[in-house]
Amino acid sequence: MKPYLREKVPKTLSEIPEYTVFEAGYLVSKNAGWRNVRPTVDKAKCVGCLKCYLCCPDGVIAKQDGKIAIDYDFCKGCGICAKTCKLGAIEMEAEI
Amino acid sequence: MSITAKTLDENEYFYGHKACAGCGGSLAVRIALKVLGERTVAVLPAGCMSAVGFNFPQLCFSNNAIISTFAGTASMLTGIEAGLRAQGITDFQAVGFAGDGGTADIGLQALSGAIDRNDDILYICYDNEAYMNTGIQKSSLTPFGARTTTTPAGKNIRGNLRPKKNMFEIVAAHDIPYAATANVGFLQDFMRKVEKASKIKGTKFIHIIAPCPTGWGIPSDETVEIAKEIVNCGLWVLAEYENGEYKLNYRPKNFSNPADYLKKQSRFRHLTDEDIQTIITSRDIKWGYIDKNYKFNQEEKL
Amino acid sequence: MRKFLSGNEAFAEGIRLARVQVISAYPITPQTIVVERLSEMVEDKSLNSQFIHVESEHSALSCAIGASAVGARAFTATSSQGLLYMAECLVYASGGRFPIVMMNANRSTALPWNIYGDQRDSLSLLDCGWIQAYAENAQEALDLALMSYYISEHKDVSTPFMANLDGFVLTHTYEVVDVPTAEQADELLPKFETENKLDFSNPKNLAFSAGPEYNALFKYKEHLGMLAAVDVIKEAELKFKKIFGREYTGLVENYKTDDAEYILITLGSIAGLVRETVDKLRENGDKVGLLRLRYIRPFPNDEIAKALNNAKAAAVLEKDISFGNEGTVYTNVNSALKKAGLTLPVSDYIGGLGGQDIAQTEIERIFSEMKVETQKTEFIGTGGEGI
Repeated sequence: MKPYLREKVPKTLSEIPEYTVFEAGYLVSKNAGWRNVRPTVDKAKCVGCLKCYLCCPDGVIAKQDGKIAIDYDFCKGCGICAKTCKLGAIEMEAEI
Repeated sequence: MSITAKTLDENEYFYGHKACAGCGGSLAVRIALKVLGERTVAVLPAGCMSAVGFNFPQLCFSNNAIISTFAGTASMLTGIEAGLRAQGITDFQAVGFAGDGGTADIGLQALSGAIDRNDDILYICYDNEAYMNTGIQKSSLTPFGARTTTTPAGKNIRGNLRPKKNMFEIVAAHDIPYAATANVGFLQDFMRKVEKASKIKGTKFIHIIAPCPTGWGIPSDETVEIAKEIVNCGLWVLAEYENGEYKLNYRPKNFSNPADYLKKQSRFRHLTDEDIQTIITSRDIKWGYIDKNYKFNQEEKL
Repeated sequence: MRKFLSGNEAFAEGIRLARVQVISAYPITPQTIVVERLSEMVEDKSLNSQFIHVESEHSALSCAIGASAVGARAFTATSSQGLLYMAECLVYASGGRFPIVMMNANRSTALPWNIYGDQRDSLSLLDCGWIQAYAENAQEALDLALMSYYISEHKDVSTPFMANLDGFVLTHTYEVVDVPTAEQADELLPKFETENKLDFSNPKNLAFSAGPEYNALFKYKEHLGMLAAVDVIKEAELKFKKIFGREYTGLVENYKTDDAEYILITLGSIAGLVRETVDKLRENGDKVGLLRLRYIRPFPNDEIAKALNNAKAAAVLEKDISFGNEGTVYTNVNSALKKAGLTLPVSDYIGGLGGQDIAQTEIERIFSEMKVETQKTEFIGTGGEGI
């Protein structure tokens, strides 16, 4: 369970809610465009300690097969994960 | 055994938000919600976290969440808690996340009222030490010396002239059931405190230092590291208040040099050696008081 | 059951009968007795409600908003400076479409300090998006308390409701009031149901931001909600009459206006004296009438135009002033007449400020001055000078 991207973007009077109330966790835009560096994970070095998972302000690091996976749709490239990883398993690489 | 990264709820409750990269406040909110779980109602006043998380139709909380007025975090929490209880619903957490200005300035009266009534709510102050959402203005939790856009560092005045308000002890002085300080550089400790607070009936308060790369003038990847430094150099104290007693959670064996912590941030770059000495002196006075008045068990690990 | 009650106490009885679930309020003269009575009802268990002792009016309404946002029926009460102190939360409640009911004891606003009644407090907040009703007597106060939730909570309306009672003159004056039974009240008022709430089975994000591309759409819906109240008020009063036998007449009350040549428009408790004056002047053969505005938001544009359609002149008697212009009620009335193409002369009498006594002779004078059929704005008691 987490907020996720929806196809439908309400726009008109009849599409928006009657009051300022709407479905929780309704996303219509990504944050990927904010990034000029991206974290890449060296799976061989990652031991799944989850320090990076814990420290991510955007929650884009998930547990996967005992290691980690990054949701690049919402990663802003802050680099906290790379700095936190004492094993050097995460490198920040320039976005092209 | 308290919650760890491995046992933490895998759901993400605060996701897709538009906070600046490396935002300490959003990290505090994210972790607290993962500890509290899905039956949580979050109240966020006008401020960074509401601005970045609730812009229709991009709504970034997967749990129940609502924006309150700037001054009304605690009073809205009170209403939510009372409204649910009035309907016989009791298995939930009502948590507020307000910034330093929303807590120590404009929201202080409502917070005091809620503690006075001992409403069953958890109030978390994510402290980035200035009004960051409006572009870095001084709050009463801005530390001595910090440059903000309303405490400029010029020839005549070198930034903020007043020390940081002691919110932790102000809150504790209400005889609150539980109060704690925390820091995003010590997330394990924060998770333990949130979990502990969630199991206590009555009003709970956690004051967490949450660095703001934009306002502090640090690279976005420094948030967690610099948060550790503020504790290690003795300028922030990890502590709890419970059953009428103060308890220190961590005492660095030797403080690191505050100058190193301060000089890494552009908001402190103008400080003179004399200013830094002022900061060190006030730190030492504070620790003299803490060592005298706070209980500390060396054996207890963070 | 018939009881001897003040306006405040009558309203509190109505709130008890409405089975309000959360009450948050802060004391202020002359409202205080409402919350005192409600706290006694909670204590003696004749009312099952959470009573929250807030530390300010801002928190009183903020707390009520929180309660409403989880689907609880909420109530607060205030007056004067307290109403102004909660002003931020007023627009929050209406913008968020939270159907909270608030009783306001109309009282002068500082400076100079004054605890007595006038209507500048609520009338200065006409644009804050709340339904505004003005009671004339204690019975109407109780009945409004009951009907307010029916109207406010209706899904097409979902708009907060401010019931105004003139400070002291109504809040503290005792009358015999018919207090309905709980069964009767329950028959009128269903349990509060709304989609506008946080919900654990279907989580919601509430009270969000909406940028320039959406903002007007939400504000338009808010406007429609207020307009929808016009029909819902009628619906509520019809049901009310069936159950309780008492009849109310929507946004306005016409008293002998059908054939009236001269009509005085007013609101609140002063209407009682105006009614007496109308009867007295009618005995002399004067064709005069009273148009009492029971609601001022939504505004009774059509009702005013209809009542004044055949009149030769009219006047507004109001307890407020929009400094630098004229009385706000007068401004609104003129707008209604202009839209209806009516050009009769209408004067504005500003009276009762800070509890100033309005004698029957003053009302007689206003009616006699209407016959001159000129237009003026006058501050009563300042020597008859116009502005």
